[in-house]
Amino acid sequence: MSKSSSGLEYSKVAEIRGPLLVVDGVERAAFDELVEIEDDSGNRRLARVLETGFGKAVVQVFEGTSGLSVSGTRARFLGKTMQLPVSDQLLGRVFDGLGRPQDGLPEPVAKTFLDVNGAPINPERREYPTDLIQTGVSVIDGMLTLVRGQKLPIFSGAGMPHNMLAAQIARQATVVGEGEEFAVVFAAVGVSHSEASFFQRTLAESGAIRRSILYLNLADDPAIERIITPRVALTAAEYLAFELGMHVLVIITDITNYAEALREISAAREEVPGRKGFPGYLYTDLATNYERAGRIKGKKGSITQMPILSMPSDDVTHPIPDLTGYITEGQIFLGRELFRKGIYPPVYVLSSLSRLMGPALGYVIKQGKARPDHHQVGNQLYNAYARAVELRALAEIVGKSGLTGADLRYLQFGDEFEQKFLNQGYDENRTFEDTHRIAWETLSILPESELTNIKEDFIKQNYVRGKSTG
Amino acid sequence: MPVKGKIEWISGPAVKASGMASAKMYEVTQVGEEKLVGEVIKLTGDIAFVQVYESTSGLRPGEPVIGTGQPLSTTLGPGMIGTIYDGLQRPLDVIAQKAGAFITRGVTANSIPFDKEWEFVPSVKKGDDLEGGSILGTVKETPLIEHRILVPPTAPRSKVKDVVKGGKYKVQEVVVTAEDKSGKKQDLMLYHRWPVRTPRPIRERLDPEIPLLTGQRVLDSFFPMSKGGTGAIPGAFGTGKTVTLHSVAKWADAKVVFHIGCGERGNEMTEVLVEFPELIDPATGRPLMERTILIANVSNMPVAAREASIYTGVTMAEYYRDMGYDTVLVADSTSRWAEALREISGRLEEMPAEEGYPSYLASRLAEFYERAGRADTLGTPARTGSITLIGAVSPAGGDFTEPVTSQTIRFVKNFWALDARLAYSRHYPSINWMSSYSGYIESVSKWWGERVDKEWLSIRNEAYGILQREDALKEIVRLLGPEALPDEEKLILDVARMIQIGFLQQNAYDDTDAYCSPQKQFMMMKMFVQYHREALKAVRNGVPLSKLRGMQVVAPMLRAKFSIKSDELGKLGALSKQMFDEFSSISGVQEVRA
Repeated sequence: MSKSSSGLEYSKVAEIRGPLLVVDGVERAAFDELVEIEDDSGNRRLARVLETGFGKAVVQVFEGTSGLSVSGTRARFLGKTMQLPVSDQLLGRVFDGLGRPQDGLPEPVAKTFLDVNGAPINPERREYPTDLIQTGVSVIDGMLTLVRGQKLPIFSGAGMPHNMLAAQIARQATVVGEGEEFAVVFAAVGVSHSEASFFQRTLAESGAIRRSILYLNLADDPAIERIITPRVALTAAEYLAFELGMHVLVIITDITNYAEALREISAAREEVPGRKGFPGYLYTDLATNYERAGRIKGKKGSITQMPILSMPSDDVTHPIPDLTGYITEGQIFLGRELFRKGIYPPVYVLSSLSRLMGPALGYVIKQGKARPDHHQVGNQLYNAYARAVELRALAEIVGKSGLTGADLRYLQFGDEFEQKFLNQGYDENRTFEDTHRIAWETLSILPESELTNIKEDFIKQNYVRGKSTG
Repeated sequence: MPVKGKIEWISGPAVKASGMASAKMYEVTQVGEEKLVGEVIKLTGDIAFVQVYESTSGLRPGEPVIGTGQPLSTTLGPGMIGTIYDGLQRPLDVIAQKAGAFITRGVTANSIPFDKEWEFVPSVKKGDDLEGGSILGTVKETPLIEHRILVPPTAPRSKVKDVVKGGKYKVQEVVVTAEDKSGKKQDLMLYHRWPVRTPRPIRERLDPEIPLLTGQRVLDSFFPMSKGGTGAIPGAFGTGKTVTLHSVAKWADAKVVFHIGCGERGNEMTEVLVEFPELIDPATGRPLMERTILIANVSNMPVAAREASIYTGVTMAEYYRDMGYDTVLVADSTSRWAEALREISGRLEEMPAEEGYPSYLASRLAEFYERAGRADTLGTPARTGSITLIGAVSPAGGDFTEPVTSQTIRFVKNFWALDARLAYSRHYPSINWMSSYSGYIESVSKWWGERVDKEWLSIRNEAYGILQREDALKEIVRLLGPEALPDEEKLILDVARMIQIGFLQQNAYDDTDAYCSPQKQFMMMKMFVQYHREALKAVRNGVPLSKLRGMQVVAPMLRAKFSIKSDELGKLGALSKQMFDEFSSISGVQEVRA
């Protein structure tokens, strides 16, 4: 055993098991303490204490244990938990999944150091989110309105354009009447080089890169590092939002890779597994990331979170989307069938939801800051589309001849809804007004009497006559 | 002499400490230099397993663990109403004042204010007999709640030796001195403490025969809850579980409402905090916050405190029950509480049962729901109170056969099943009327018959029968299309749809519709049943369905929930008359033609 200036050094590694290292002869390692691992050729890796007792600590090596040997590895306990240096100089920079510069520039000068695990926001000090974000995407603005401080994930599947949609939102998102732009914190968690460079390029082309921070853990980077990448990104976002007063949009892609890394560690620790081998604490662990979105009383900034996850085999009951849905405030669900039809964005609204939309609209409509029919139109579109989808299934069995005249109107509504309201260009930025004009045109295919979700006054003002008989 | 040991091993919220041979099970301990709150949950030899209610990040082996000699307890006295607590009954606003917007560790805070003076009005005098649960006097806690100061339930029989004059007192000041037979004196204050894991005793359990009205039509009319009853709301995410629970918490006709955010979203508790002070209780005209207590141990707060939060909540509810009040406790969500059990159990390396949950999951659930009930309380004067327990369940993947849902069903009498398909078509509250049930229909029908209308049960069953028949017919429609049915059965589909839109669907965000009085509920339900009876007569008389579908009265009937307020029953009567008139004109034309 030898001592160094910055911490105790231990040479005794008793066991290497997957991403874990059991270190012997440790006197008093702190739970969660940061550890530096040095291999026999002097290369260093970071690790963290998972379990600690007298004489023994189990540490998790972020960069993986490949190439480490029991005899040639030394562990140095750093006496602190993992912290991220933060300052406004982070903006415009690209880092790796642990927050180390990757763009060839030097380490940014730190204003302060923050624990990457963060701390829960006291619910008593949260400000309820009410500022509507205009994303310029009709289906989101009209039916799944995003609110500043919300956490709204995209549930997607392999091959679907979730990244395009997230990039479009990052580019277009504004709060009407404020003109203030979002800062974007982008965390790539185990995604391919091409996906990461797509985001980088989009942000560069729109000029948004100056107010962005990128944390990249790519598919060929160490898997265990993925546990930390979202935490690093959210720590930076918290600094921008709650210290510098910026409105921050955090995009994390892909949560599925994150959860798989978590499972790998859990398996190595031989923990009792929950569903599909994921650890029983997956819900709590995901929550510690997702719940870092929000607003705080008396602080100007906000964190809006948009995690992206690809559902294994498009299965929404898989533990990752399932537990995510219980924590996040809704979900944007991409549908395979719409995607095959060539509709962009292929948002399947019947499985999608924005939980904050209703309460936030209730609030802003009272203040005159949103259209009074916004929520009712959204609900009516849902109901009518749900009916159309139901009738499509029926028509497949009994044929169109088995349907009534009103039923056929619904079928027509369903088609126009998909083609005109849902479908829009990747570069097309629609205002709230555009969205509502298209919504009313589409709804007017149905007879007035079918619009049971909308108050009569609004129908009188907005219903486009002649469409339902034409 | 409190036990003092030292930490041997740390893994997340589980800590093993040695030198703890004299520690007691469930004793509260101070863990580490920062004195984090922990609880002893397993003892082997001189090793104690302690679950720590705060983040253990940075804790080291060798740090001290000190026992307090006390089990985890609540402080019960005036000042609780309107407060938002964490799972250990620490007020979150006090924590925020001490530590800022983010929750840090080792912060201590009194559960109720010890520096506030309350106007105490004594109701006992020198020489009066006292026993556990007796009322000593009252304090106006909020304009809605008269806080009755109770003798601790376990106190021996005694006589009042001395009592203060009415006036301003702090909770820790002695207001009554009592003396028992053996001459032992006891100082009684405005508060006492009670361990959370021990149910407070009662005199006698009573039958749950009074409905707990929630103003939600699908609940009150079809699947009623009773005061002192138990219920579960299981539902996949996005089925409107939280909105439904909030509606119950808002409108339930209880004296005190407890809302436990147990491992759920932070913003949901904030929503309650923003909304409840502005909402007015229809029964009293006062803000709902004046009768509400919140417990927020949201999903990213320490998992062990989540386990404790439902016990903390139910103990407080028992205290208000003992004052003679009806209380409601909604726990959102018991699945997250069960997951906390699972996590701690896993760290203790216990042998798991189904899906990793500990084998004692069922017994813990049973113990919790058994704390519900309507009861005669201890002490004098005699009084009756109740606790209604409603637990949300979050089944993994929406699968009701998973362990927490299937175990919960065994111990609750009401089952309000949320249905993702209804939610997707924006049918809210998305309570499935076929798979839900209530165990209290018979027991509360007497109340409805006496207070609202003697026909209540028969109208309710007739309306429900229409929905049941529709459900059976839907199978045929799915295979053959609606045109394959005879008119009488098509009428069932039409009327069932009217009941679904006009009665079952209820908008929690609409000022008029959010709360529906029992009288309005009954009149609406009767109107739809009468519509069916009249329409059936018409169809049998040969009136074509298209004519019934074109009736003027249908649209206003469907809009009655929004357009007619609960106190405008005359308008409902008029609408019902309009319906009968239109039927007689339709049938009249028919007769002329015939």
